[in-house]
Amino acid sequence: MADVTTNMAAGPRGPKPKKAFSRGNIFLYGTLILVSVYYLLPLYVMIVTSLKGMPEIRMGNVFGPPLEVTFEPWVKAWSQACTGINCDGLSRGFGNSVRILIPSIVLSIAIASVNGYALSNWKFKGSEVFFTILIIGAFIPYQTMLYPIVILLRELGLMGSIGGLVLVHTIFGMPILTLLFRNYFASIPEELFKAARVDGAGFWQIYFQIMLPMALPIFVVAVILQVTGIWNDFLFGVIYTKPATYPMTVQLNNIVNSVQGVKEYNVNMAATLLTGLVPLIIYFASGKLFVRGIAAGAVKG
Amino acid sequence: MSKVMKALLVGTAMTAASTANAVELEVTHWWTSGGEAAAVSKFAEAWNATGNTWVDGAIAGSGGTARPIIISRILGGDPMAATQLNHGRQAEELIEAGLLLDLTDVAEAGGWADIVNPSSLLDACTLDGKIFCVPVNIHSAQWIWLSHDAYQKAGLDVPTDWYEFVETADDLQAAGTLPLAMGQQGWQQNIAFGAITLAVAGQEAWNAVNIDKNADVARGPEYTAAFEAVAAARAFAAESNVQDWNQATNMVITGTAGAQIMGDWAQGEFSVAEQVEGEDYSCLPGLGLNPVLDTGGDAFYFPVNDDPEITAAQKELAALLISPEVQVSFNLAKGSLPVRGDIDMSSANGCMQKGLGILADGGVLPSADITFSQDTQLQLEDLQAQFWAGDMTAAEAQARYADIIEAAD
Amino acid sequence: MTVVSDPTSQSVKRPSRLFKNKMAKLASIPMILTALVVFVGGTLWTVVYSFTGSRMLPKTNWVGFDQYERLWSSDRWIISIKNLAIYGFCSMILTLVIGFTLAACLDRKIRFESAFRTIFLYPFALSFVVTGLAWQWILNPDFGLQSLVRSWGWGSFNFDPLNNPDIVIFGLLIAGIWQGSGLIMCIMLAGLRGIDEDIWKAAKVDGIGTIKTYLVVIIPMMRPVFVTALVLIASGIIKLYDLVVAQTGGGPGLSSEVPAKYVIELMFRAQNLGQGFAASTMMLCSVVVILIPWAYLEFGGRKRG
Repeated sequence: MADVTTNMAAGPRGPKPKKAFSRGNIFLYGTLILVSVYYLLPLYVMIVTSLKGMPEIRMGNVFGPPLEVTFEPWVKAWSQACTGINCDGLSRGFGNSVRILIPSIVLSIAIASVNGYALSNWKFKGSEVFFTILIIGAFIPYQTMLYPIVILLRELGLMGSIGGLVLVHTIFGMPILTLLFRNYFASIPEELFKAARVDGAGFWQIYFQIMLPMALPIFVVAVILQVTGIWNDFLFGVIYTKPATYPMTVQLNNIVNSVQGVKEYNVNMAATLLTGLVPLIIYFASGKLFVRGIAAGAVKG
Repeated sequence: MSKVMKALLVGTAMTAASTANAVELEVTHWWTSGGEAAAVSKFAEAWNATGNTWVDGAIAGSGGTARPIIISRILGGDPMAATQLNHGRQAEELIEAGLLLDLTDVAEAGGWADIVNPSSLLDACTLDGKIFCVPVNIHSAQWIWLSHDAYQKAGLDVPTDWYEFVETADDLQAAGTLPLAMGQQGWQQNIAFGAITLAVAGQEAWNAVNIDKNADVARGPEYTAAFEAVAAARAFAAESNVQDWNQATNMVITGTAGAQIMGDWAQGEFSVAEQVEGEDYSCLPGLGLNPVLDTGGDAFYFPVNDDPEITAAQKELAALLISPEVQVSFNLAKGSLPVRGDIDMSSANGCMQKGLGILADGGVLPSADITFSQDTQLQLEDLQAQFWAGDMTAAEAQARYADIIEAAD
Repeated sequence: MTVVSDPTSQSVKRPSRLFKNKMAKLASIPMILTALVVFVGGTLWTVVYSFTGSRMLPKTNWVGFDQYERLWSSDRWIISIKNLAIYGFCSMILTLVIGFTLAACLDRKIRFESAFRTIFLYPFALSFVVTGLAWQWILNPDFGLQSLVRSWGWGSFNFDPLNNPDIVIFGLLIAGIWQGSGLIMCIMLAGLRGIDEDIWKAAKVDGIGTIKTYLVVIIPMMRPVFVTALVLIASGIIKLYDLVVAQTGGGPGLSSEVPAKYVIELMFRAQNLGQGFAASTMMLCSVVVILIPWAYLEFGGRKRG
């Protein structure tokens, strides 16, 4: 079938709309704008709510813009919100999240890319079986694996350490990443690989000198997927670490669920936005690359 | 002295202090509401005052969120130094597996057997004659909290028992106030159910069902009356759409709801809001009908640790948690009753005095944590959640309830 | 790089088949270990212990099929299954339809394509916890959508899915689709870009209308894309948990419970591991039943290299 990577360079394929103000065009843009409102509404609500004071929230509706803009909720969410007796907000989770994120990304992508490469170019007996198991693994609700993983980490002596959490993220990121890399490497023309083999290049030589340089788009996708997945993870972060190493999402849960008197929606929304900032920035910054990578990885040629 | 020298001296002084025998103990708990956090800080202050360090491991979102974390950590061989658990049957298996520290020597040295009142609290910590936990407070669930503000606005007298509340509920509603605030979570609805049945069906029937697990009594006329009362309460709370218990308490504090049936921990929220018992709000133990309270509560367990220094510190902390001064300051903040009868609680407010009085008179029931397994409790809570959120008839709910009691363990 | 310092790969000009497999196998050890130890091992462990009466800790006191009997007589489980079926069906259809429609709109050489694409995709970057909170806030009857519409003068407007047991699942659906449809749109768009422009010309020559061309010609050509999208959607549906916890907590009553939540509640709140494992096993079974035929068709059928 068609080679998707090259196709992505091409523009839209659909029929061209005729005139700028044709009926169809108005309908088309109207639909898109209407749908955009649905998609943007929660972000808008979160932002305006986070800028309101509590009295205003109690009176008004959630869609009204703030009458008096205050950054108090943001300051509180970042550095003052309390859980139990710790009143230092999200700030203490941020560093931990970074410390968890970076090794997890490096390790999981390194392993998954080699897996994908081996699965598409160096098939061995049983490799597809292992791959199928991995893919089924992608469907297993994580919660059912909690206890077996506890036992595994205990046997490895990694329970409660960042190393243990990195291992867990590597394991559960593996199915989707391996699928992406496998599909991507399979779409690279086989002649390249064969030529390198004739020149006497081995497994690692071909991987580092031919495959890696060509795989940049899919690496970008993998990084984006892992950043969002690992950054947003709550379950593993809370079970396999301890207070000193809790990631930001655990702090977020603590802030949102620690109701002291009334629910402080403005602080909750500010905390939510702060936690979502890292993946959001990555998304907005890499929009086009992501679409391209998804095309190359998920849509098989 | 140069700045550098000063800095060096301060630095060495600090390291010296920390190497002496200051131990950091990580303590896990799920006390995160305003009153609860104020209470746990009393523990932390007392512990830090001994030169050691309290590392707070608060997990928000109630025991349901916290428990898997606590159990996984203990099972995974990287336990916290101390952890909150409701005492009762929750920790039995962890003890049997040898994962929790034996505190018998601390208990003997402190004479816990003589000071802990009621003694059933210590029994709940005891397995095969050994003591594995420190009870820190007594909580009872059979309370109704009433807003004076709401009743005054409607021109009504504040009720003094459940039946008066029922009579005035319609008038309250007519005045635009929600009669009964209810958080839409099964455990809260189950607490309301328990309190109403105890008040309406009477203690004898309650004992037969909850302790002896007698399903015939659960099908009997006393419980039919109780289920009808609960169905009436459901109607009073129909417009209540908050989730968390303290949001519901807040409705009573602000006078947007007339009453809430909730355990005595609601007291902490009233204190944080600086409300005065008898002026701003009233509390009625046993819904003003039966002066009996159950004696659930919180306890701390100490997972086994290889480090003898930590083990010694764990025992030190255990002794501290039950010491008289800490018991007073903690329980005053939390609104719960102390576990020892030999301390002066005269600074407690009216609600707590009512509770202390009932305790002194021996009006004590075992808590559901002790009579039912967690498994059975979840089934009971599920039934209540379905009943309160839907339109199940009282008769159907009673039939299902009796089935659960029949199979209960 | 590393390879240059590796004497074996230098000396062996043409690696033998055995050598090639050795290196690939060596490099695949992490994958093999993960597949066997974690996924197969963990799954078997779960299945085995679902036949025990384990409470708080795993124990081997065998009880046969008792846990399964109780599971299927439990209201909570039956409600969970029904909810997942409704949510799954609606979410599958709506996500595919919305994803494809949006992709087709964006593919029509429009202006601001990348701006629209970013708007549709950004929710995917947010966690379910965030999604649940934001929509909980919007659907709050006293402050949110309902009060807004009422303030416009439609006083009897009633839309409070999070407090109404009959429609709460649609409250979840609104949030779930908001979060997940962007990714599907992205995949569909990539698929549409992969279709030859000549197809459109040919359709035009034959006088087939635009919508008919999509339905009759384009969609059948995009079968593999739809399969990938379906797999992604389905895996998300089965795992549905965080969103429910953040948005409704399973309520009101039990009306928005889902199977993954059943597993967690039984394992940790009821401290009945055996029952939780039995529910996990049922979920695993359904996954396997759906996936094995698909995996066989997708990966087993063809051989390469």
